[in-house]
Amino acid sequence: MRMPEKRIRVLIAKPGLDGHDRGAKVIARALRDAGMEVIYTGLRQTPEMIASAAVQEDVDVIGLSILSGAHNTLCPQLMKLLHEKGMQDVTVLVGGIIPEADIPGLKQAGIAEIFLPGTSTQHIIDFIHKRVAQPR
Amino acid sequence: MNQPTDSKAKPPAVAGNSGKASSALTDWEKRILGPTLAKSPERQKEFTTTSLYPIRRLYTEADLDGWDPASDLSLPGEPPYTRGIHASMYRSRLWTMRQFAGFGTAEDTNQRFRYLLAHGQTGLSTAFDLPTLMGYDSDHPLSEGEVGKCGVAISSLDDMEVLFDQIPLIDVTTSMTINSPAAVVWAMYLAVAEKQGADWKRISGTLQNDILKEYIAQKEYIYPPEPSMRIVIDTFEFGMKQTPKFNVISISGYHIREAGSTAIQELAFTLRDGMEYVEWALRRGLKVDEFAPQLSFFFNAHNDFFEEIAKYRAARRIWYKAMTERYKAQNPRSWALRFHTQTAGCSLTAQQPMNNVVRTAIQALAGVLGGTQSLHTNSLDEAWALPTEFAATIALRTQQIIAHETGVTNTVDPLGGSYFVEALTNEVEQAAWDYVRRIDAMGGMVAAIENGYPQREIAEASYRYQMAVDKKEKIIVGVNDYVTAEKPLEILQIDESVAHRQAARLNKLRADRSSAEVERRLNALRRAAEGSENLMPFIYDAVKAYATLGEVCEAMRTVFGAYEEVAIT
Repeated sequence: MRMPEKRIRVLIAKPGLDGHDRGAKVIARALRDAGMEVIYTGLRQTPEMIASAAVQEDVDVIGLSILSGAHNTLCPQLMKLLHEKGMQDVTVLVGGIIPEADIPGLKQAGIAEIFLPGTSTQHIIDFIHKRVAQPR
Repeated sequence: MNQPTDSKAKPPAVAGNSGKASSALTDWEKRILGPTLAKSPERQKEFTTTSLYPIRRLYTEADLDGWDPASDLSLPGEPPYTRGIHASMYRSRLWTMRQFAGFGTAEDTNQRFRYLLAHGQTGLSTAFDLPTLMGYDSDHPLSEGEVGKCGVAISSLDDMEVLFDQIPLIDVTTSMTINSPAAVVWAMYLAVAEKQGADWKRISGTLQNDILKEYIAQKEYIYPPEPSMRIVIDTFEFGMKQTPKFNVISISGYHIREAGSTAIQELAFTLRDGMEYVEWALRRGLKVDEFAPQLSFFFNAHNDFFEEIAKYRAARRIWYKAMTERYKAQNPRSWALRFHTQTAGCSLTAQQPMNNVVRTAIQALAGVLGGTQSLHTNSLDEAWALPTEFAATIALRTQQIIAHETGVTNTVDPLGGSYFVEALTNEVEQAAWDYVRRIDAMGGMVAAIENGYPQREIAEASYRYQMAVDKKEKIIVGVNDYVTAEKPLEILQIDESVAHRQAARLNKLRADRSSAEVERRLNALRRAAEGSENLMPFIYDAVKAYATLGEVCEAMRTVFGAYEEVAIT
């Protein structure tokens, strides 16, 4: 298998108070196994902490795992902070329990894609490869 | 298998039992099976459970070599309780139908509670929101966006009084799913009981209060393990004196399983957690038979029907052996493992959600055939949101159909003696003991958690399962096969007005109460936390003066510090 010169860098984050990290861990490992560089923030990160980590780690993609229903509060906060930090080009993805009615609003706030329960890890890997065709 | 902790797993190959049976089997394999397989080969090379545990083609008495029905199976209500903890089981009394509910404000949830009781539910079970579970008041900055979302927001005794308004705590048993702040919420509950004039000696219910599985799986912890364990043992000590009918803990495998463990890991880690609590209580100087009857358990009911049933049966046998052999308990009430079951939330699909009614029914049936004492059935919409009233009603009706229409309650342990069920029970038990011994060798569960051992085992199992699903080695109907286009489901929405209402209530509370008295009682709690006294009376005093949940938890946080895990991916 040919490795790209620069690996895609992904920050996996769990914002909010929820501790259910099964999805975050599975996706972190699947992306790593797919050849990406994955940084996992650990639990209970504020949008401010996630934005700072994204800058510091110079990531191409941020993957947020949210199951608690707090997405409509947390996602717009993070997007605003990323803008302020000049990180508007980073691809932000959300995985978790997200009612369908909330999806248009999240996309409008700048979330690139929302992955619902039942999504295969390969589907997410393919999406990232397509979206970040040329690693920065 | 008379030597319990020494019992051997059955070898997967046919072992030499009585010569007659084994030669009949060999003959059948040659004469009947061989030609059948030649004509219609098996669909898969390997058949495994949801936990990827291998299952053999056929189970016969050869799989029960060395198994002694008198001692390994026995009779219902008798050690080792394989067939159930009551002699007549559901012929005398059905399980408690206890639907987990909570959302919005205390007022919203009080209405749902009263609705469920009016529809034949027989016990209450409270879901708290994430700020409450983490010990923050609804108006704390970190609570933003989370108030009332995953459960009910409870910030003070004032909220608790509204939650149980017009619900007589002397008659209704209540389960409270809360862990790190469990002592605080329990103190509020006891204060409501006192106000209602309900005798503490007679009230009953269950406090989840299982901090170990939080470090292992669900991750809603506040303090480091040592002080957290101290608070748990404080509640044991308080409970055995003040509330003898209350289950002071519900040692939970549910969340371990939801985090992606196998059935065997769920069983092993949960039972080893139970042993850890017993050992800490004994070190405190409590007598095993004084507190053990108030310990209860909580397991998951996942899709793989027989694996789940074997798990419950093995759990009772392991606990009996642990209590009698390891801890020398004398009281039969210390020996019998009583448990609650909840169907597997993680098995429910966002796709074709009506199918979840079927999954839940089958999972619930496994819980019943496994001899559960109480049951929660999940609602069909849980991969989307908290349940609507419509979905919650179907979930409750599912239990009522099992209880009254299927006939499975007519006889005790209908699967007892099945070659497959008994062999699987033996194997699952043996595999769990292997884990228990490994954790013993690490110095116990707290040490194992600090090493990240159970966390790693679970992450590994969860990844293996996800890969099996991604490769379609495991089929999930509507997800990776039989996929169809569908319309969105109508779901329960919780808006931010809940947070605003809570903030207003808290402002009023802080203005109306005596701040000096609150401060005095919080100081007393802080001093007690620095020493070694039982903290329950101090917590009770503080909440009675309307100190908020956040204030009480913060008082202890200043003494105990906050825990941060080393994240494992």
